[in-house]
Amino acid sequence: MKLHEHQGKDLLRKAGVPVPVGRVAFSVEEAEAAARAVIEETKNETVVVKAQIHAGGRGKGGGVKVVRGVAEARAAAEKILGMTLVTHQTGPEGKVVRRLLVEQGLDIARELYASVVPDRERRRVVVMLSSEGGMEIEEVARRSPEKILTRAIDPAYGMRPFEARDLAYGLGLGEPATGKLARVLQALYRVFVAEDCALVEVNPLVVLRSGDVLALDAKVNLDDNAAYRHKDREALADPTEEDPAEAAARAAGFSYIRMHGDIGCMVNGAGLAMATMDILKHHGGEPANFLDVGGGASKDQVALAFKVILSDPSVKAIFVNIFGGILKCDVLAEGVIAAVQEAGIRVPLVVRLEGTNVERGRQLLADSGLSIVVGQDMDDGARKAVALARGQGA
Amino acid sequence: MSILVDKNTRVVIQGITGGAGSFHARQMIAYGTQVVAGVTPGKGGSKFDDRVPVFDTVARAVAETGADTSCIFVPPAFCADAIAEAAAAGVRLVVVITEGIPTLDMIAVRRLLDEKGVRMVGPNCPGVLTPGECKVGIAPGYVHRPGRVGVVSRSGTLTYEAVWQLSALGIGQSTCIGIGGDPVGGIDFVDALTLFEADRGTDAVVLIGEIGGAAEERAAAFIREHVRKPVAAFIAGVTAPPGKRMGHAGAIISGSSGKAADKIEALRAAGVAVTANPAEIGVTLRAALAARPAPRRHVEVRRAPAGRPAPKRAAAPGRSAAGKTATRKGPAKKPALSRPKKRSGKRGR
Repeated sequence: MKLHEHQGKDLLRKAGVPVPVGRVAFSVEEAEAAARAVIEETKNETVVVKAQIHAGGRGKGGGVKVVRGVAEARAAAEKILGMTLVTHQTGPEGKVVRRLLVEQGLDIARELYASVVPDRERRRVVVMLSSEGGMEIEEVARRSPEKILTRAIDPAYGMRPFEARDLAYGLGLGEPATGKLARVLQALYRVFVAEDCALVEVNPLVVLRSGDVLALDAKVNLDDNAAYRHKDREALADPTEEDPAEAAARAAGFSYIRMHGDIGCMVNGAGLAMATMDILKHHGGEPANFLDVGGGASKDQVALAFKVILSDPSVKAIFVNIFGGILKCDVLAEGVIAAVQEAGIRVPLVVRLEGTNVERGRQLLADSGLSIVVGQDMDDGARKAVALARGQGA
Repeated sequence: MSILVDKNTRVVIQGITGGAGSFHARQMIAYGTQVVAGVTPGKGGSKFDDRVPVFDTVARAVAETGADTSCIFVPPAFCADAIAEAAAAGVRLVVVITEGIPTLDMIAVRRLLDEKGVRMVGPNCPGVLTPGECKVGIAPGYVHRPGRVGVVSRSGTLTYEAVWQLSALGIGQSTCIGIGGDPVGGIDFVDALTLFEADRGTDAVVLIGEIGGAAEERAAAFIREHVRKPVAAFIAGVTAPPGKRMGHAGAIISGSSGKAADKIEALRAAGVAVTANPAEIGVTLRAALAARPAPRRHVEVRRAPAGRPAPKRAAAPGRSAAGKTATRKGPAKKPALSRPKKRSGKRGR
């Protein structure tokens, strides 16, 4: 689960990481009031109006404005609220801006980068620090990897003060910034663990002329597997950031990701679901979605998955590819039949079944009287789906 | 021969009285696995299906039944504790089927397993299966057949698909391992390849990867240096949407983009036969085997049977160079360990 910048900063502030004075706003009026309050509190006319969406690259996309005074802040809010922001992370369709963060302007001396992330290879949480803040950190990693300092943390002890100092002194900032930076790094690690995060990234982490260290941005992703022990998380969710079909799928216990093609896919297992999209592409087709109905899908879930696929108007054919292990082929077949009988189906349907109770599943489909094209195997099914989506007979 | 599990493996099932645990316990028993104990706290003293003794703790189960491998179906909130319990009780292998364990839990428990020298498969995986001998996990047993090809995969159902393709071609398997798709887990590709390379019952390996992380790139580097048996691979997710991986930081740490194309390139450069078509995993392995039979200790001139597909290997030069070096050095230094003794006549068609 992704958090908005202002939510991430709330978590950081509570853990002792300094962040700029700021207020969240959902309307132009709220933004104006927020600017007035921030200016009053900081005695500084410069404020920053920042679009809050679940994607990076907002500055380049025109979603961040530095302004002076309340009137300019209001004008910036009018411009940004409601705009469709397109960045390298939003996809070409972009995201509509529905909330803003209005923050104090700061006198920045240096921009750093800091993050906390699980490292698959070392099987540890790793804290990273770089002098090259504000840039595409992947670019830094490629060009000058020596500029990224990392420390793998032993879960039994947490990040110890000397580990934070080792990293902080590595940048040669001098005092008092180094000491403050070390404390910020420890606090970032504490947030990561306390909130069960998947990522805490601060880019840039800024050093002010005063030597203070502040998180100017905050990208916090939470580990969904740990949701059960954080009951307060639901309040942080922003349903408007999610594709409605994807949200409906998640609520029903399967995963669906919309793509840009015209062949709907229903598969069990994430690996086989990806492989199914790959084989469609391999044969010249374009998948309309990723859909993993999961291991133990019920007849109702299968039926719902069908409706979700058909909710995409660009779908011209559906390819069901099931290798039944836990999910039995007859259960799958019953779900498909129920969905088609209830909702009707406007596109050709190709079904490939293999695995547990496959004979019974095939028999059910054959006896249903529905017009279903049988895929003999994965390759045959994919070829037929591609041909049917093009309007050619299989 | 096989790796990790065989007919002598004695399995304790943690969570045997739950829905998934009981269903799959029956399936494992039906496959012929020696399921010697179950564990559910509070249900000690009872018997599962009138035959498998249930204990309150893994320690008791191990002490009384000699179980050496645990298969875990415990819900995610309690799973890390269950894994730690199994390790403390002295099993040598833990197979974790449970999906949805928090990453921080896995980081902590993996540290503990490493300290104790206990191996783990999973979590979020189908388990391990040695055809005809032992199934620990949830893979559909009937798609497998005994033979000499090792299978290691990050996926579940895609593994079944690959195994099914092999079996349909008459190519049996030595052992099949689903290592699971979670960021932090147990055995990885390199561990599995190390075991398969050393296993005299394995002639070749099928590797099935997917997008995210850098496990496939590490496998490629390892294969280039240490694996002389042929390897065929498929990487799922060429068409997967971008942005579904973790933010920038994750990609930097792994030193990789996590993209399928980069993984495929790394594997091809290491001499692995990579197919772009998931329906051709079986035939790709068959071709790789025909092109470069597994090295043997006893010299015995033998050609690939006629009529097999011609070798189609993008990176043959690199691979054969590496292979030659290894062959030259191999016999003098390590004569027996890493080379299969003989080849089974069953393999092939």
